[in-house]
Amino acid sequence: MSKKRHVVAAVDEVPPGSRKHLNLAGREIALFNLGGEFFALGDKCPHESGSLCAGKIVGLAEADTPGHYRLSRDGEFVKCPWHGWEFDIRTGQSWCDPTRTRARAYETAVAAGETLVKGPYVADTYPVRVEENYIVIDV
Amino acid sequence: MAEAAQVADRPVSVFGHPVIDCDAHIVVPSIKTIMPYLDAYWRQQFLNRGIDKISWNLTSDPPNAPISGRPDWRPANGKPGTDLGLLRSGALDAFGVTNAIMTCVWGGAALHSEDMAAVVCTAVNDWVTKEWLDKEPRLRASIVVPLNNPELAAEEIERRAGDPRFVQVTMFVAGETPLGKRHNWPIFLAAEKYGMPVGVHAGSLYHHPMMTNGYGSYFLEDYVAQAFAFESATLSLVSEGVFAKFPNLKVVFQESGVTWLPACLWRFNKTWRGVRAEIPWVKKPPKDIVRDHIRLTTQPFDEPDGAGRLERFCEMMDSDRMLLFSTDFPHWHYEGTDALPLDPKSALARRVLFDNALETYPRLAAGNAGETRP
Repeated sequence: MSKKRHVVAAVDEVPPGSRKHLNLAGREIALFNLGGEFFALGDKCPHESGSLCAGKIVGLAEADTPGHYRLSRDGEFVKCPWHGWEFDIRTGQSWCDPTRTRARAYETAVAAGETLVKGPYVADTYPVRVEENYIVIDV
Repeated sequence: MAEAAQVADRPVSVFGHPVIDCDAHIVVPSIKTIMPYLDAYWRQQFLNRGIDKISWNLTSDPPNAPISGRPDWRPANGKPGTDLGLLRSGALDAFGVTNAIMTCVWGGAALHSEDMAAVVCTAVNDWVTKEWLDKEPRLRASIVVPLNNPELAAEEIERRAGDPRFVQVTMFVAGETPLGKRHNWPIFLAAEKYGMPVGVHAGSLYHHPMMTNGYGSYFLEDYVAQAFAFESATLSLVSEGVFAKFPNLKVVFQESGVTWLPACLWRFNKTWRGVRAEIPWVKKPPKDIVRDHIRLTTQPFDEPDGAGRLERFCEMMDSDRMLLFSTDFPHWHYEGTDALPLDPKSALARRVLFDNALETYPRLAAGNAGETRP
């Protein structure tokens, strides 16, 4: 099945640090804004299918020696609300099991309304205005 | 390779492979035995305070319990584990072992008086050297240390480090604090420095009950509950970051029962995934860390009905490197030489009987190369 481009939100509607739940062509998707960059993950934890969109957004806790804690990449991981597994929002990769466990990641882009009105795209019920920028996802 | 050359000299055991026994026991007959190894002050104190007349048997190791001494391994007089002749005939010769690593599970290590504990541990290690190691070249020993004072324990490890016949440090599974707590780190630091595993033996200081919410009523409960203490020790060692701090340290669980481990680690791995940010020094699944650092002696081996339990354990752990053969002399878990829960012809048997021990105890090779004195 060929992918279709979906216009899912105006950029201003998903400010940095926030997320939005989407249903695109029957797929549940969690859209995240990391400091102006948009990432979309299947809204289904690969463990037991918890909603990643409903998870806590956290940083990466690390330590090389016991007692020496540090936090990096704050805001770039989401913890599944059911069992707390951490996923890298940029890639969908699980921190604990990066090779075998990952959430499905979808390509996102930002497109100017001006280009979008020319099509082809699936606007679903989303009204597009020439003067705004929009987040699009290929599904 | 040096190792291969040594193997050629090994006696072939009853199992057809060379054997290293990684858990057999020396028992201190009485306080009187170690009195000659105390200095003048402590000798007089022991006499004046009547300490020479009491026994420091651990509650977890009662000498009259059937399990503490197999009938044919009980000397005519005294406690099982006190007779070198019986050790020779019953274990060393009967199995045909190359080396036996002796462990002394004794109450002196548990004394509340830290200074007294330290001097009696030194005395026992001197006695073990003179009366056991010097008399029987196949023997290796574990260092007895005062468990309530890890700094003094580390000093005792330093004191023995020059003698390659001491290959391990003994701790009890249920000590003053959970095993991995930083309080205990001086022991791990010294052990790692000298390439000695820490042998964590079943047993308790009895500062806490074996069952976590109170004391049971019967020996039965206490004995079976040792396995729970090993689970706690596993959780504590990994969670507190002992193996992150001491990456070359090995821990040998002695008389743990063995087969509780895979189920414990299944839950440990699963829960770690959810809350691992609490302990970010644990960078890979706990099971992987345990596989790298923890070894287990094979007697007693908790073996529910069915065949191939030892093989199944190795399969569940994805490792054939974790198990170390033990006779557990003089304890009574089996008859004759039926101590190996495994087909001796299998490839795994060679690892369990010999290779794994050599990998776990680097000081064995030095001791067997003839460097038997400091």
